[in-house]
Amino acid sequence: TPCRRLCTFKKEAKLVSKRETMEAERSEEVKLLGTWASPFSRRIEIALTLKGVPYEFSEQDLTNKSSLLLQLNPVHKMIPVLVHNGKPISESLVILEYIDDTWQNNPILPQDPYEKAMARFWAKFVDEQIYVTAMKGVGKIGEERDAAVEATRDLLKLLEKELVGKDFLGGKSLGLVDIVATLVAVWLMRSEEIVGVKVVPVEIFPEIHRWVKNLLEVDVIKKCIPPEDEHLSYIKARMDRLKIKSVQ
Amino acid sequence: MADEVILLNFWPSMFGMRTRIALEEKKIKFDYREQDLFNKDSFLLEMNPVHKKIPVLIHNGKPVLESLIQIEYIDEVWPGINPLLPSDPYQRGQAKFWGDFIDKKVYGPTRLIWGAKGEEQEAGKKEFIEVLKMLESELGDKIYFGGETFGYVDIALIGFYSWFDAYEKFGSFSVEAECPKLIAWAKRCVKRESVAKSLPDSDKITKFVLELKKNIGIE
Repeated sequence: TPCRRLCTFKKEAKLVSKRETMEAERSEEVKLLGTWASPFSRRIEIALTLKGVPYEFSEQDLTNKSSLLLQLNPVHKMIPVLVHNGKPISESLVILEYIDDTWQNNPILPQDPYEKAMARFWAKFVDEQIYVTAMKGVGKIGEERDAAVEATRDLLKLLEKELVGKDFLGGKSLGLVDIVATLVAVWLMRSEEIVGVKVVPVEIFPEIHRWVKNLLEVDVIKKCIPPEDEHLSYIKARMDRLKIKSVQ
Repeated sequence: MADEVILLNFWPSMFGMRTRIALEEKKIKFDYREQDLFNKDSFLLEMNPVHKKIPVLIHNGKPVLESLIQIEYIDEVWPGINPLLPSDPYQRGQAKFWGDFIDKKVYGPTRLIWGAKGEEQEAGKKEFIEVLKMLESELGDKIYFGGETFGYVDIALIGFYSWFDAYEKFGSFSVEAECPKLIAWAKRCVKRESVAKSLPDSDKITKFVLELKKNIGIE
């Protein structure tokens, strides 16, 4: 009946506006201390943007750490640090889960506890295995670099397997592991051009390449990753500095 | 359908102790299977092909890996009793931050304490004490890391307590002298049934470390 429909509509409108008010209150005062080029900082921007959370970004100089950063992250003195209503949180994976807990729209973690545990496992794997191993090759040449490339590829093969039959690591849509693995899709793969080594060749990693294409088509990803040209220049400059250091 | 819970573990592992404690806190019946890490059996390799490590928690045939992830999983699947993580998102974030800190900062230095000599060992000792002091400062005057209730951060750290005697013996120092409040916290924790059941005797650990040192050729 029209009356019932109107009542339901009014109730829903009340619920929506109450939720919006709560969201607005929660969204107040979100600040992110990060850096332009850091994949760990950018992943937080992706999550906040995905959830429509307005935030103030504060670019940090890691060669000359601000007293604010040291005050907000005295334990690790690193970025990213998220500050929500004056309260700081550090460690990017911890921050991502906090964001998902606090702003429940567009969830990045699955609901099912087992799926959640798997997502957490793979996120850790990307950060603690792939990233650490890939970094061992940075600024190195010859055998040392080749060994790091081989070891990285072995780890990437596991990610390759995970992607079979999936559009994203999170399944049908973007999830925690996709956001974390932008480290591979963007940072690692852009470095290939500069370093001159195809760490992730399409012949060995067709699923990863397919996934990267999917990822780079997602609006929030396009919006939040560093623009390609500027990023490539940045990576090149960094590599040059490292080469100079390693020659010295 | 009755839940089938299996834990693949290696008794001296301070990481495996975490999962045991979590399961005991929730009063979950589980099948404990001791693993020989020097001779890994095919079931372990099948359940954890990526890292080939323990602990592995297998719930109704599905493996969950990484001890801290296992604690969260257990808390989410069996929420009814003894919550292990706070419900407030910020408090939960803080707990996970300290769990991550313990994972990254405690184990490394301890390997140097019992596994190295001279300068390296001294460096390990120094770092270990620094890290414990940070944890002690975070604990403050609280009963447990989470406040009034025993939980995630306590579980993440307490397993290392069973190794303290070994560290003290090989490193020639006293944890209690450096961090008395932390030792007081540990003694409170071991009074809990879940912890008492899951931590091996300190002298068993010390004997194990002696054997380990012989086997890998350090003494």
